[in-house]
Amino acid sequence: MIKKILIYSFLIITSILTLIPFMWMIGASFMFDGKASVFPPIFLPDPFTLTQYQILFERLNVWRNFFNSLLLSTIVTLLYITFTSMAGYAFAKYRFAGKKVLFNLLLSSMIIPSQVTMLPLFLLLKSLGFINTYMAIIIPGLANIFGIFLIRQYCISIPDSLIEAARMDGATDFQIYRKVILPLAIPILVTLAIFSFLGTWNDFLWPLIALTDDSMYTLPVALANLMLEHTKDPELMMAGSVVTIIPVIIVFLALQKYYIKGIMMGSVKE
Amino acid sequence: MNFKQSQTAAYFFLAPAMSAIFVFFFLPVIAAFIMSFTDFDIYALGDLGSVRFVWFNNYIKLFDDPLFFTALKNTFYFVIVAAPLSIGVSLGAALLLNSKLVKFKAIFRLSYFIPVVTTLVAVAIVWRFIYHPKFGIINYILSLIGIAPVDWLGDTTTAMPAIILMSVWKSFGYNMIIFIAGLQNIPEDLYEAASIEGASGWQKFKSITIPMLAPTTIFISLITMIGYFQFFAEPYIMTQGGPLNSTLSVVQYMYQEGFRWWNMGYSASIAFVFFFIIMIGTLIQLKIQKSTE
Repeated sequence: MIKKILIYSFLIITSILTLIPFMWMIGASFMFDGKASVFPPIFLPDPFTLTQYQILFERLNVWRNFFNSLLLSTIVTLLYITFTSMAGYAFAKYRFAGKKVLFNLLLSSMIIPSQVTMLPLFLLLKSLGFINTYMAIIIPGLANIFGIFLIRQYCISIPDSLIEAARMDGATDFQIYRKVILPLAIPILVTLAIFSFLGTWNDFLWPLIALTDDSMYTLPVALANLMLEHTKDPELMMAGSVVTIIPVIIVFLALQKYYIKGIMMGSVKE
Repeated sequence: MNFKQSQTAAYFFLAPAMSAIFVFFFLPVIAAFIMSFTDFDIYALGDLGSVRFVWFNNYIKLFDDPLFFTALKNTFYFVIVAAPLSIGVSLGAALLLNSKLVKFKAIFRLSYFIPVVTTLVAVAIVWRFIYHPKFGIINYILSLIGIAPVDWLGDTTTAMPAIILMSVWKSFGYNMIIFIAGLQNIPEDLYEAASIEGASGWQKFKSITIPMLAPTTIFISLITMIGYFQFFAEPYIMTQGGPLNSTLSVVQYMYQEGFRWWNMGYSASIAFVFFFIIMIGTLIQLKIQKSTE
């Protein structure tokens, strides 16, 4: 019994400690200027105000950055899912010349950190006129090796007989992919979609490099920029953090099951 | 379906993803490697003809660059302290949440996990204020037990530990999930057999849990190490690499050289040293993994 009480109090205290930064963030975002800079720190806004959000959206045009983040994360996710599912399916169910070589090349390339590509990628996209456009974010997010492997792994478990049966009925390869494989692969597709959406939404280094205009910034870049000018405005910065974090928390809570399963599949790289 | 038909279909399915990966990943990797042997700088941006091969000069310069060594030292400091800490905390959390005594597991798991999905830039900003020397929550909690206020992010000795604490908070939930999966894969009868033979809880942990979790732990060490090695946003937001470069990371230095000063040849050489270190780390871990199998 004592052991049980000890464990529970430990769990409750550490859970609260883990969540304290978020509680303070939310509380401070609803305070007037200067109200969060007090000692001891307070969590409940008194009086409650939406001023900070008004400043963000009306004066600082953060809605524009919110829109950029939402649009880019959605487009990247849709294209990413399409590209990787096609390639993953091909690796799982088709024979072709160079399969082994290509597979091993991709496998060993997973070790290359994306930072290595950034300098030439910047120059390449610049010469194409894509820097500071949505394309600069979409193009590098089109496909990655990790996604292809995860889909391949999943598709291998789909019985060949299903594919053969569809082929007997006269389905083309693309129809088989579209009507047989994709519906069966929905769980893994949802998992990858969350990773892609959250990854694009939360990404910082590449958007910081590839986007150069306030109006093109994604939320994290806009927020980092705002921070430099408003170091002394915790209330405003907390409102900005809330706006940035809330959408990812909603996506996560709605699709938690798939996200957790994705991690448990054991080999997820952020 | 014969081989030829199969091949045509396969190439059709592979074409989009493979072209994207070849043009926007492999090509840049090769280009970066070549670039690291050139003096590619701001003038080259305007006139590619001005680029000259300097062979190993960038690498030689790198080994003579005190700022690079500072960044390297900071990065190792960060990885060597934060990774084991994060793994330890995740294992502890996983063990607690896997215990049969605990109910409402989902709620606890969720609260530990929430920081993982949140935007790093946003939480780094929150923590900047949490570490505020006058009004921050950390100093308030410490004042309750009589500790004088500390200027966490403004002092060269505490800035890195402060960033480490924040990073462990941000990411331990991720490894916790993998550990829970690992724990659930350990067959229950192993523990039952040990209990019959009168093993204590600690003995069971030491001779069943730890060895059975070894593959999971190695995997987690690997991804944690690689992930932490790339840290950038934390110092960028919280300290800008300061005070006195005490939190400057390798990726941050690479970013500054490449995209602030446009010394892209030099920056590319940093990128490859960085890649080389990650590769060595990965090979060591894989070797350990082989030897435990």
